[in-house]
Amino acid sequence: MTQTRNLIDENGKRTDGRGIDDLREVKITVGTVKNADGSAFIEFGKNKILAAVYGPREVHPKHMAQSDRCVLRCRYHMSPFSTDTRKSPAPSRREVEISKVMREALEPAVMLEDYPRAAIDVFVEVLQSDGGSRCAGITAASVALADAGINMRDLVAACAAGKVDEKIVLDINDTEDKEGGADMPVAYMPRLEQVTLLQLDGNLTSNQFNECIDKAVGGCKMVYEIQKQALMQKYFGNETELKEEQQ
Amino acid sequence: MYDVKRRYVIPGDKIAEGNFRPLMNVVKAGNALIATRIGIAETGRDGVKVIPLSGVYIPRVNDLVIGKIVDHSSLSWEVDINSCFSAHLPAQDVFGRDFSPARDDMGRHFATGDMITARIMAFDRTRDPTLTVQDRDLGKIARGEVLKISATRVPRLIGKRGSMIQTIEQATQTRVLIGQNGIIVVTGRTPEGIKLAVRAIKMVEEEAHTANLTQRIKVLLNVPETPTPQQETQSRAPIGAPKSEEAESTIEGVEEELEVDEK
Repeated sequence: MTQTRNLIDENGKRTDGRGIDDLREVKITVGTVKNADGSAFIEFGKNKILAAVYGPREVHPKHMAQSDRCVLRCRYHMSPFSTDTRKSPAPSRREVEISKVMREALEPAVMLEDYPRAAIDVFVEVLQSDGGSRCAGITAASVALADAGINMRDLVAACAAGKVDEKIVLDINDTEDKEGGADMPVAYMPRLEQVTLLQLDGNLTSNQFNECIDKAVGGCKMVYEIQKQALMQKYFGNETELKEEQQ
Repeated sequence: MYDVKRRYVIPGDKIAEGNFRPLMNVVKAGNALIATRIGIAETGRDGVKVIPLSGVYIPRVNDLVIGKIVDHSSLSWEVDINSCFSAHLPAQDVFGRDFSPARDDMGRHFATGDMITARIMAFDRTRDPTLTVQDRDLGKIARGEVLKISATRVPRLIGKRGSMIQTIEQATQTRVLIGQNGIIVVTGRTPEGIKLAVRAIKMVEEEAHTANLTQRIKVLLNVPETPTPQQETQSRAPIGAPKSEEAESTIEGVEEELEVDEK
C-alpha cells in the first residue's frame, strides 16, 4: 500500500476527475433477468453487476432448512472477463468472503422469519469490475430482493469511503483502492439508521475513522435515493412524483 | 365514508404514524407503520395494508389453487402448487374416512402429472399445506392449456367483480380457470380462441399496473367499444374469483388506483 503518485491533484480533483465528496455515476435497472423472481442491474462507475434473486423456494438439500426462519444464501461471483487479466471462474478466497459478508449485510433487512423452511437465493455476478464491487453488489442485491417481493424492514444501501493522499474521500475506485491509504466499505439501512457491513483495509486514526464512516454513511444515503428511484420507476413508471393520492 | 388514503411505497417507507393496526405487509416500528414490500399502501379505518405488486405465492387457508400431482405416498398425494411449499392431498379426503392403502387403489383417482383444482384446508407455516377436493367444481382438470402468471397479478386478471376475465372469456369463447396461486387453465372450442385468451392473459400480467389496460385488452380482442352492462352470471365461475374477501378488496384497490391515474 505504498503510494507512488498523487491521487488528488492541486485542484482537489481525483484520478477520475471527481471531487473528494463525489460519488461515481450510479444507474440501477430493475427486473433485467426475466427468469428470476427479482433482479437488478447496477452500473456503479465502471462496475457492471447483475443481481438475481430466487425465492422463497424449497430448500435443497432439505437438511439445510430452518424450522423457524428462512435460509438466505448469497453467491458473489466475478466473471472471467470482468477483469483485465482473466479471472479463474472457480470461487476464490475473496469471493467466498464477499459472499459471506454480503449475506450478513442483507440478513438484518430481510424478514426471514416470514418464510420458515424456505430459502432465498441471491446471485451477484460481476460482469465488469472496478473498485467497490461488494458495495455495488449489496446495493443491487437489496433492490433485487425488493423486486422479488420479499418482506424487508428496509433497503440496504452500500458505499465505500477511504483515505487517499491523507484525505478522506467518498467512493473509492479501483486505482485508489490499490494505491490509496485505506478503503472502508459500509452497508447501511437508512430508515433504521443501522450499519450492516463495516470493513476496513488500511490504517486510520480514530478521527479519520469517524470522518470516514460519516462520509460513507452519507454516500449510502445518496445511493439509497437512487435505489428508491429505480424501484419506483419500474413499478409506477413516471408517476413517482404523484406519491400522495386521496380517494 | 371514511377516506382511504393511497400511495405508492417501497420497503422501508413510512406509511402513517399513529394508532393504526398493521394488516398486510406492514410492520410497526415505534409509532410509525412501515411498508415491507413494493406496492400500494392503503390507510383505512380498520388499519394499514400494502397491496403487493410482486412476489411468489404464499398459501393461505381457503385459497382455491390449481396444482399438479407430482408424487404419491401410500397415504397422500404430493401436489406442486407453485409455491415454496409443496402441498399434500390426503387420500382420506378422496376415499373417505375408511380409506385403506391395502384395499383402495390411489391411481384410480389421480395419477402423477394430473392437474387438479383444490382448496387449501390447513396451513400454518410449521407444516406443509393440506388440500381438499371435497367441494363443488374441485378435482381433476380434464383438459386445457396451462399457463403460469405471478400470483400478485391474479386480482388484476379477474378485475373488478370479474370484469376483466369476463371480457376475455366472452371475446374468445373460452373458459378460464384461475387459481389464486397464479396457475391458469384455459379451455375452449377453437385453438385460435385459446391462443388469443393466452395472449390477453399474458398482456394483463405484463402490464398489470399500467393505466387503460382494459381498453388495450379490448383492442387486442377486437371487442366493440360499447359498454356491456349485461352480467353473465351463469357462465362465469373462475375459481377463487370473488370468494376471498382479500382478493376482492385487492381488485378494487388496483382498479381504483388506475382510475386515478387516468385523470
